[in-house]
Amino acid sequence: MTEIFGVPIQALFGQLMLGLVNGSFYAVLSLGLAVIFGMLNIINFAHGALYMAGAMLTWVGLEYLGIGYWWMLLLGPICVGLIGIAIERLMLQWLYKLDHLYGLLLTFGLALMIEGLFRDLYGVAGQPYSIPEELSGAFNLGFMFLPKYRAWVIVASLTVCLFTWYVIEKTRLGAYLRAATENPKLTQAFGINVPLMVMLTYGFGVALAGFAGVLAAPATQISPLMGSNLIIVVFAVVVIGGMGSILGSVLTGLGLGIIEGMIKVFWPEASATVVFMIMAVVLMFRPAGLFGREK
Amino acid sequence: MMKRKLLALTLSALIVPAAGSALAQAKGKISGDVVKIAVLTDMSGVYSDLGGKGSVVAAEMAIEDFKAQAKPKFKIELVSADHQNKADIGSNKVREWYDTQGVDMVTDALNSAVALAVAKVTTEKNKIMINAGAASTRLTNEDCAPGNVVHYVYDTYALANGPGKAVTKQGKDTWFFLTADYAFGASLEKDTTDAVKANGGKVVGSVRHPLNASDFSSFLLQAQASKAKVVGLANAGGDTINSIKAANEFGLTKNQTIVGLLTTIIDIHALGLPTTQGMMFTEGYYWNLNPETREWSRKFFSRHKKMPSMLHAGTYSAVTTYLKAVQATGTDDTATVMKQMRATPINDIFAKGGKIREDGRMVHDMYLVEVKKPAESKEPWDYYHVKQVIPGDQAFQPMALSRCPAVKK
Repeated sequence: MTEIFGVPIQALFGQLMLGLVNGSFYAVLSLGLAVIFGMLNIINFAHGALYMAGAMLTWVGLEYLGIGYWWMLLLGPICVGLIGIAIERLMLQWLYKLDHLYGLLLTFGLALMIEGLFRDLYGVAGQPYSIPEELSGAFNLGFMFLPKYRAWVIVASLTVCLFTWYVIEKTRLGAYLRAATENPKLTQAFGINVPLMVMLTYGFGVALAGFAGVLAAPATQISPLMGSNLIIVVFAVVVIGGMGSILGSVLTGLGLGIIEGMIKVFWPEASATVVFMIMAVVLMFRPAGLFGREK
Repeated sequence: MMKRKLLALTLSALIVPAAGSALAQAKGKISGDVVKIAVLTDMSGVYSDLGGKGSVVAAEMAIEDFKAQAKPKFKIELVSADHQNKADIGSNKVREWYDTQGVDMVTDALNSAVALAVAKVTTEKNKIMINAGAASTRLTNEDCAPGNVVHYVYDTYALANGPGKAVTKQGKDTWFFLTADYAFGASLEKDTTDAVKANGGKVVGSVRHPLNASDFSSFLLQAQASKAKVVGLANAGGDTINSIKAANEFGLTKNQTIVGLLTTIIDIHALGLPTTQGMMFTEGYYWNLNPETREWSRKFFSRHKKMPSMLHAGTYSAVTTYLKAVQATGTDDTATVMKQMRATPINDIFAKGGKIREDGRMVHDMYLVEVKKPAESKEPWDYYHVKQVIPGDQAFQPMALSRCPAVKK
């Protein structure tokens, strides 16, 4: 069997595949952050907590209301999106004129409160959620045993990423959005309801986090702490990709997932740090990120 | 006349307090007439289900039961704090308790890093810590303080020894470790490796994962590729839970045995029996052992809405043991109470014939358990078959191997 640095090449393919799965989560989460930052200039620290809320709602839906996975895949993001809209209307909208820091502090506080709420209700050990019937079992890819659910995660998240990119870059709605970001006053003068667009953007951005949460529910233990474990890495992904760049965040998310997967084989102790090492290097040479534009 | 009155007043002002304190001394030497117990634990982080509020509930129950049974003349107070799994926060809080709040004894104190820091402060201030939560054997070895610290519930040696021996003897003799990359994980891996080797097994490899890793599939794939018969999880809390979950998803459980080295009933409850059936590990306590444990645990359940972990039952027992010693000696003086606790066998809902050894280790029976199949479970929280009761002298590190400078001969 061919080996690379003592690791059989087939095992390496397996790890690449897993890296891609993790990268998909990074991509959906960092996409939401990028959309929100690009349009609203808000650094949304509540993103991790809302991702967790998405997963928690999935569990609550099944446990108390008997709503299965597929419905929750639709309802979860909508609920989280509505929570987002409430946050935007009640709190965030007053902060746009101020420094970034205020939005960051507000969303960070919200994240702590949302996490605290669920922790108080359900404890930290978490809730189990089983993989839906249709997706249990695994594909034998020859070089690895890939659970069907993980394959579904890749397909579902890439579809959502592609859809988001298409809406923002190629449709009329997306054009309005981009115009509203570029010059809100002028756009408003053309009769476009800018505050409404901003509200919907925030709602959509956090709905993406909710969607990632629902996707994660069967793959990991649903715990109030699951968001805070992930969010810092996702922020690093956004910084590396370039704040506000949509395509950048998706590609970076996938790429970093794969690199992280490789590191887990060759130097597992460093797997939690490698993303930040890359971030440091990227910032030294391209302060605006790999895909970002200098302003 | 005036002068004499003044003199009398001055004299009485001097005499009365002196007489008062002499009286207090005669009554019993309890500082401030209050025995103050503190629960230091993780209230919000990864271990808060293992200890946390449950430990406070257990301590409250211990105090209530003691008051009802022993009718003590002294007052008992309970305080608690969240150490956030940070050694500096924990030791500062404990220092404040000892210096300004008159705390006599600290318990729970889970998380090895915090426990070691608190042990230092406790020794310095000459108070008592009865540790019911931390795992590191250092508390009774390199960093032992037998005059002030009791290690009450379990340690990495006891956790490693049960499954290390039993599973290897079943013929599952090649092991691969998934180890949390910090002191606790390393020590658990080392202790288990020793037990596996001593019983004729072999360790074929290990992988160190970061604490709180978000995804374990990659590490498990490496464990799968190793073809080891047993995958030992030298981690705890959420890391263990997520490892087990991913092991199921990737089909490891079909050909390999997963051994969670620090697994508790809280983890099993969180994962559910379909995922965990057949797992084997060491527990310090199980609520469904006998009528006595059932009765106490149901009482605990009615207050906490969860069955007790070994830390909760251990905290209850630790507080009870301490209060009994104070009652028997009539003082909260550290040396006297420690001597009394060491001299008295511990018999309660947690331990039978438990004994505090000269290195500070509380020696009691441990249980090698196997998780039931879903069909075998008769009621909620009915999760274990107790495969073997490991007698205390075999469960814990023998004194001959002690690395504690204070007792080494």
